[in-house]
Amino acid sequence: MKAAVVVFPGANCDEDTRWALEQVCGVPTQMVWYREPVPEDADLILLPGGFSYGDYLRAGALARFAPAMESVRQAAERGRLVLGICNGFQILVEAHLLPGVLLRNACLQFLCKDVWMKTVRTDTPFTRGLPEVVQMPIAHGMGNYFIDPDGLKALQDNGQIVFQYCDRAGRVTPEANPNGSVANIAGIINRAGNVLGMMPHPERASEDALGSHDGRLLFESAIEALARV
Amino acid sequence: MPKIEITPELVEQHGLTPQEYQTLLEILGREPTLTELGIFSVMWSEHCSYKCSKRTLKYLPTKGANVLVGPGENAGVIDIGHGLAVAFKIESHNHPSAIEPYNGAATGVGGILRDIFTMGARPIAMLNPLRFGRIADPHMQWLVGGVIAGIADYGNCVGVPTIAGDIYFQDCYEQNILVNVMCVGLMTHDHLMLARAQGPGNLVVYYGSPTGRDGIHGATFASKEDPHSQQRSAVQVGDPFMGKKIIEATLELIASGAAVGIQDMGAAGLTCSSCEMASRAGTGVEIDLDLVPQRAEGMNSYEIMLSESQERMLAVIPREKIETAREILERWEVGCHVLGEVKNDGLLRVKHRGEVVAEIPAVKIADQSPQYSPAAKRPAYLDELPVAPVPYPAPPDWGEALVRLLRCPTISSKRWVYSQYDHMIQTATVVRPGDGDAAVLRVKKTPVHLALTVDGNSTMCYLDPETGGQMVVAEAARNVVMVGAEPLGLTNCLNFGNPRKPEVFWTFEKCVRGMAEACRVLQTPVTGGNVSFYNESKGLAVFPTPVVGMVGRIAPPLRLLTPGWKNAGDRIFLAGGDEQHLGGSIFAQLWQPQQGRDSFYDEREPGPVVGPCPKFDLNLEHALQQFTLEANRRGLINAAHDLSEGGLAVALAECCIKSGSGTREAGGGKSGGGKWGAGGGKSGEGELLGVRITAPQVKCPATWLFSEAPSRALVACEPGKALELSALAQAFGVLLVALGEVGGDRLAIGGLLELKVGELVRAYETPPF
Repeated sequence: MKAAVVVFPGANCDEDTRWALEQVCGVPTQMVWYREPVPEDADLILLPGGFSYGDYLRAGALARFAPAMESVRQAAERGRLVLGICNGFQILVEAHLLPGVLLRNACLQFLCKDVWMKTVRTDTPFTRGLPEVVQMPIAHGMGNYFIDPDGLKALQDNGQIVFQYCDRAGRVTPEANPNGSVANIAGIINRAGNVLGMMPHPERASEDALGSHDGRLLFESAIEALARV
Repeated sequence: MPKIEITPELVEQHGLTPQEYQTLLEILGREPTLTELGIFSVMWSEHCSYKCSKRTLKYLPTKGANVLVGPGENAGVIDIGHGLAVAFKIESHNHPSAIEPYNGAATGVGGILRDIFTMGARPIAMLNPLRFGRIADPHMQWLVGGVIAGIADYGNCVGVPTIAGDIYFQDCYEQNILVNVMCVGLMTHDHLMLARAQGPGNLVVYYGSPTGRDGIHGATFASKEDPHSQQRSAVQVGDPFMGKKIIEATLELIASGAAVGIQDMGAAGLTCSSCEMASRAGTGVEIDLDLVPQRAEGMNSYEIMLSESQERMLAVIPREKIETAREILERWEVGCHVLGEVKNDGLLRVKHRGEVVAEIPAVKIADQSPQYSPAAKRPAYLDELPVAPVPYPAPPDWGEALVRLLRCPTISSKRWVYSQYDHMIQTATVVRPGDGDAAVLRVKKTPVHLALTVDGNSTMCYLDPETGGQMVVAEAARNVVMVGAEPLGLTNCLNFGNPRKPEVFWTFEKCVRGMAEACRVLQTPVTGGNVSFYNESKGLAVFPTPVVGMVGRIAPPLRLLTPGWKNAGDRIFLAGGDEQHLGGSIFAQLWQPQQGRDSFYDEREPGPVVGPCPKFDLNLEHALQQFTLEANRRGLINAAHDLSEGGLAVALAECCIKSGSGTREAGGGKSGGGKWGAGGGKSGEGELLGVRITAPQVKCPATWLFSEAPSRALVACEPGKALELSALAQAFGVLLVALGEVGGDRLAIGGLLELKVGELVRAYETPPF
């Protein structure tokens, strides 16, 4: 299988993502400059974290118009796996590949810390190998997921909520919510089940030396799902 | 530009003395143009020329086996093995931050980043020592919030982790806050790039942001007292998105071999970079300002040369490589503007609108700036210091004293700060802020780890500048040792008042002498740094505040050492020197019954500093550090934490608070993989470890508990290793005193205090505002 990481001007986590995929998980990974299309044979496409275009206007607002995004949209339509991490999630919602918006953290400050998430769906290609409670870090100023009540109901009815912030014991509580996201939403998937957006960083939780390897489990789930196809 | 008459008033406004102006006339052989006057003004400002400090800085040892580049370039460089080296430097951005904290701090970060990547090193870490006044004051809270947000927004946006720092809140910084920023970068030996304008005929190329009117005379602004009385136009504004792009463009440019010299435009902008590059190479540089990209209309040559617009770089590119360079720079969308070329006539020649507006011998202006040996006089206050009584009167409750110390803003958890910094980007941070005495980074694809810290206890420097200077270097070295790293070299930022005041200059000299001596004994050469003078307003100068950024290396096999206790039953020892007395301690600032106060000072508004400075023995310090490193290498100890603010009691408390982070659960299972430390504060409580300490019979429990005497550290070991550890200490001539053992759910110091670890955590995690 082959992974592709789209690099926008101002992306920062592209190399970290490549490291996790190539060095830790052994997946050949191509870096795709934002002016180029994603290769047709890329099975797993990643939109990495960072500050594409300096977060000017809104986080992800400009990256969504990048030339590469058209090929990302087409890949998503063809059923390829697409994972947007942090800024990547912001880009996916700006590009309307996922519903909702990401607002400024309720505490109005950038937050970098470990969080625990409840894996609400353990049957997506990304989450099949994950335990019920996973630990990964967040690092964002605009991770406050918002969707209107009808949209939230649709997400819930369609099982599109994949991760919710929780405490160490798996309880989804307001105290465990770092940024004010509605329903403690940390990650959602599209209706077709192939496009996942999440604020926490799995590439930063892929090695025990860094504090957790739950991120590696996520990548490995995707790898396995692709191997089964 | 119209010809302006150069009057004595104009010369003075430009910060030049009549004597300096005379030298200028001798160098030029004629009167200067206004643009030339401006150029001399910034190049010969204290900030750029170091005219009052250069001679004193010569005391500092700069050579070492690992030093590849010493002071004089944009940053110092140290070899770390495996064909790799680290470039690092610390700088100040004090004056602008006092006026506009957000942009002052942000552009400080931007500037120090540029100094690192201009050498060919990819920035991998930032650290920032900050000094503020009383935190109870709303204006100070505004400054603090602005500075931290400025550092966070810039650092996070460019994708460089901010992994360490320190903050002190002391009255002396009320009018003059200090914002120092350090950057560390990683490079391969063959990508080392120096800032030389080599090769007559080579092209001089500008890339980065266009030039505007921001920051004109920023360098002169930094060379005067009282930032509040100066113009606000002297604060620069940063653009971290462009900052990120020029990092990538520069590193790629250097890797391509297309550049022979690069320097960033920092203080004194285009003036400084062109002058210094020409001076170092012994060549000349000719540029045409009509070709400088500008973002304001109608800028004259004075403004263009003196602008300190951010995110701009100057590169020297051989003609045959210009297309390679252009391709790289344009792909990164940072522009590629050929301004002129290198000449062999040794002159900085600046043209604008068809005229030569400046023609100055580059070497003379950059290298032969005035040097002074200002008058020095021992300050009278040193003989008038209040002295801590021995024995020190006991407070009504030891537990209350400890809780207050833990809540003290200078001591308490800095989580409220570092959680705003992305400290994990680049996935190399192995010991995070708050989890160790120094931060630790892995160097991917090698077995090497780096340990980084900044330190600078200015109270001790105030009490005894020379000893204080020694202690600052020693503490920084000790902190990297505490995580198992060997100190390799340091950068320093020397923050002082007005050097024209003999008392200030005397203090400056003494601090530097002290630092130099410590560097020699501890074998940590100085690879570069920064001097920031004029940190005083209305007669109130800051405490002498030398700050050291230390780089250490952990050779394989990795045996990470962190402060938190690891296992119940582990034995705790205190290694090193004597507790002496309470001079210089924060405890003595909170509890002053000898002054007639029968209650504690509020921890956010402590009382005056009490002396004297403790005695300090560099040889003992060196022995303690060597012992700790060897004990770790042999696997004898599993936790280490040196004593600093708050003394023994606070150090013990901190080890309890940070316990539980040593063990990590391997994958799977309900709670997922791994856990790190007292992560959210509350959730880790059940796993935290207390201690049972037997207090020895001491003459003065207050001193024993809270003294900040130097060269002391806590170490813990498994019971079976205690004997071997004692023998090792003896071999190193280091005193090792058994204190007790790890266990239980409280910090229990027999007969003196007993507090639940949860209570310690709550006190420690109190944000100051």
